Parts: sequence; C-alpha cells; structure tokens
Amino acid sequence: MSKKSIRHQEGDPNTTGHNWDGIEEFDNPMPRWWLWTFYACIAWALLYTIAYPAWPMISRATPGLLGASTRADVAAEIQLFADRNAPIRAKLEATELTEITSDPELLDFANNAGAAVFRTWCAQCHGSGAAGVQASGYPNLLDDEWLWGGDMEAIHTTITHGIRNTTDEDARISEMPRFGVDELLEKAQIDEVVQHVLAISGQEYDATQATAGAVVFADNCAGCHMEDGTGNRDVGAPNLTDAIWLYGGNVDALTHSVAFSRAGVMPNWSTRLSEADIRAVATYVHGLGGGE
Amino acid sequence: MAFLDKHKVIETNATLLLVLSFLVVTIGGLVQIVPLFYLENTIEKVEGVRPYTPLELAGRDIYLREGCYVCHSQMIRPMRDEVERYGHYSLAAESMYDHPFQWGSKRTGPDLARVGDRYSDAWHVDHMTDPQSVVPESVMPKYGFLSNKVIDGEYIGDSMKVHRVVGVPYTDDMMENAVADFKAQANPDSDYDGLLERYGKAAVRNFDGTTALTEMDALIAYLQVLGTMVDFSTFQPDASR
Repeated sequence: MSKKSIRHQEGDPNTTGHNWDGIEEFDNPMPRWWLWTFYACIAWALLYTIAYPAWPMISRATPGLLGASTRADVAAEIQLFADRNAPIRAKLEATELTEITSDPELLDFANNAGAAVFRTWCAQCHGSGAAGVQASGYPNLLDDEWLWGGDMEAIHTTITHGIRNTTDEDARISEMPRFGVDELLEKAQIDEVVQHVLAISGQEYDATQATAGAVVFADNCAGCHMEDGTGNRDVGAPNLTDAIWLYGGNVDALTHSVAFSRAGVMPNWSTRLSEADIRAVATYVHGLGGGE
Repeated sequence: MAFLDKHKVIETNATLLLVLSFLVVTIGGLVQIVPLFYLENTIEKVEGVRPYTPLELAGRDIYLREGCYVCHSQMIRPMRDEVERYGHYSLAAESMYDHPFQWGSKRTGPDLARVGDRYSDAWHVDHMTDPQSVVPESVMPKYGFLSNKVIDGEYIGDSMKVHRVVGVPYTDDMMENAVADFKAQANPDSDYDGLLERYGKAAVRNFDGTTALTEMDALIAYLQVLGTMVDFSTFQPDASR
C-alpha cells in the first residue's frame, strides 16, 4: 500500500533499465561457474552435431566425422560373435551327429547354443521347459516317448525337414484316415475301437465292446499302430499302450481322433536356422532326458 | 544494440508477441520436420512392401481396438540381442502403410514386427483362446470371443478410402473389390485370383479353421503378414543410414 517508491541505496547494482509500472530489476550477473557451464554445453552440442549425423543438407544429412551408424554397429557386433564362434561351429558341423555327445567342449557349446535356439524358435509350441502341451498336440520332449524317433539322427532329421509341412518335400509325412468323417467306420465300430484302445492302454473299458473293437483295430489300425498298438516310428504312429497322449486319452478325445483324424504340423527349420544351430538344438533336445 | 532494445515493444504488445512466437515455433518445426520428407536417406525404398489386403486391414483395426499395442511393440531395434531373437531389424518402409504406426513403447509381451509365418494358424487360435494353454507363464488375457464375432467387411471399403486419403496407394480396382477380396482371403475354395493379382503375395487360408468368417480370421491374417513382406535374403541394407 505504500506509495513511496523505494529508492536506490548506496552499493546497489545497476538496474537493467526495465521499468514495469514502477518495478525495476537489478542487473545481477549470473554466477561465473553457471555461465561457463552453459557456454560449454553449447560448444559441446555444436561439436556433437559435427561428430555425429545431424544437419540436413540437400539430399542427405551430414554423416558425422566419427562415421557413427547403428546399422553398421549391429552388423559388426553380430559378425564379432559369429567370428568368435566360427571354429566351434565348424567343428559342430563337421562332427558326426552321434559323436557330439562324447566331446565335452562341443557338447557344452551345443547345449548352450541349442537352449537359446530352443527358447527362441521351439518354446512357443513345445513349451519353455520342453514339456509340450498335454492333450493339445504339442509333444512333450522330456520323456522317452518319440513319434518319429529319439536318437540324434532322427531328431536332426525332424528339425531339419519338419513334419507334414508344405514347404519341404522331405518333410516327414503320414496321414491318418478320417474314419468317421469319410465313413470308413460305422459309429458303433468307432465306439468299439475306442474301448479297445482304452483296454490296451490300461484304462477302464467295456469288455464286450473292446472285444469287438480288437477286430476293428486289427483290420483298420494295426497297419500303422501295429497289432499290439505300440506304434510305428517310420510313419509317426504313436504308441497307444502307454499313458502318454498327444491329444488326450479319454473316450471323447479318442473318439474325436478316430473320427476326425489328427495331423500335427511342424515347420522345416532348414530355411531359418543354420546347420550348426539345428545340430545344437538337436543336441539340446536329445539331452533333455529322453534321448536314445 | 539499438534493435535489441526494442524488445519492450514486443513485450508490451500481446498480439505481436503471439504472432512472433508462432513464427519462431514454425521455423523450428519446419527445420526439424521438413528434411525428413525430402532427405534420400530417411525414405529408403524397399521392395515387397504392399498395402494391407482388406482382411489384413480389418485385422489391424481389431489389433488397435483391443489395444494389443499396449503390450506388444512392432519395432525390432538394431541391436544384436533383438536381431538374434526376432529377426532383421525393422525398416521404416515396413510401416509406411501403417496409419498410425504400431511401433509401440512397451514390451510386456514379445515384439510382433516379424511374427508372421512364425507360428501356425492353429497355434494362434489356441493362443488367442487361452494363452496360458500354450505359454504357461504368459499374462496375456483371453481373446477367444473373437471367434464368435462374425464379420462381413461391410465398412472395409470406407476404411480403405480413409487410408487412401492419407497416402496408402489403394487403386480403384482394389476399392471396388474390397468386400470380395475381404471374403476371398479367408476362403481357399473361393476364386481368389483377383486378390493375388491386386495385392501380389498374400496368404489365402481359412485362418481360424471354422467355416464362419470371424474377427479371429482377420486378426490372424494380419499377424501372419507382419514382417513377411520384405525378402531379407535379397535385401541389402545401406550401412550409412
């Protein structure tokens, strides 16, 4: 409320000359250290734009004196690790599949590289722990039950060419008939053969139906699943006598399997992974517990 | 310094201050933005990138509607770990027909820039219906309801029209056949020659395995094309970009 203007006192700095409705501003200098840091930042920014890609010109931006390039960096880093691993990868490719496990250094590398490949490319279907998805058609790789064989060569072939895909002519192929949809079997016969499968897999079953089902099985199924139902790896026919089921072992799942058939697909990895990677992941899968 | 002393004129004249501020911001914006439109090294031409087919575009709309971008990015950065996990780093041209782009900023789930052709359609159906059935550690919600939502592509032509306005080169031929192409892509028994002629490489399949054309078909069609348009066996990156 004071109408008296505050007078300058002795020793006050000069004002900036601004005058806003009687309010004036002292011209206090910035602290020296602050000022010089500020100038240094400006200089740094200018040098930075000279050293790195920055200023837009006619057709391209200035590339920068240091030649920085994220694309070149990533290519160089990938090359660096490729070069470091080149000798052992070459050795992995040159070694007989069956001999990999007997070379500790190679086995160690293959298991680690194979685990990385597995988690990137295989885990989505077979699970990060390789236990598959029970009853959904994604096979468990931890047990010793194999559809197409569990020795190194068989695993290697399966990974390389895949199963029932249309992209590799050497893919493992087999086709279970659709006994229900294509009317190869009567509804009653399907029920009977399902009871037979329950019987041979050690589950509760209807004895009368199962006896009739044994005949149906012998006539229609034994060709691939064999007479005793233990399966045939040459055609990827699963063993029906154990408790491991790819699509479920209860009446509903079995009936669906017989009526509509099942045909899981696995891609061929020959076009996406290098031979060394395929060998590494084959070694890893072989070593998970069920390798033969 | 006589000119600089004139700032009092600007500071006491609000309209002049506003006009001059706008001018400064405009110049700053132009200097930063305009070069991106003409510099050759920011608009790399890449062979193979095509506009989305009507079904893929519908799938993309579902991707946006469900907020997939909140947890999934579509941008593989040029770093060794990302390239080894997801594939070749993303190129700007690969999202040139995305309006808006789906680069994302958060990866709760994995990057999807190259998810196309990586899994089977059946896997996608399983995963969408119950993610934990195939990936036990996943926190993704279930999207099984997409299988129940039948779609007929009624508005896909309108969507394509809007995309054409913002620069996606949909031809008149593509616009006229939008609904036909939409339905043909999910039906391998249909006459889809026209679709392939108009768009080039496109997957024609019954994506969700059911007879009805559902949102599941559209979303899987979209996912299966992501990152597959460029043939990286022949692509030569220009290292100085």
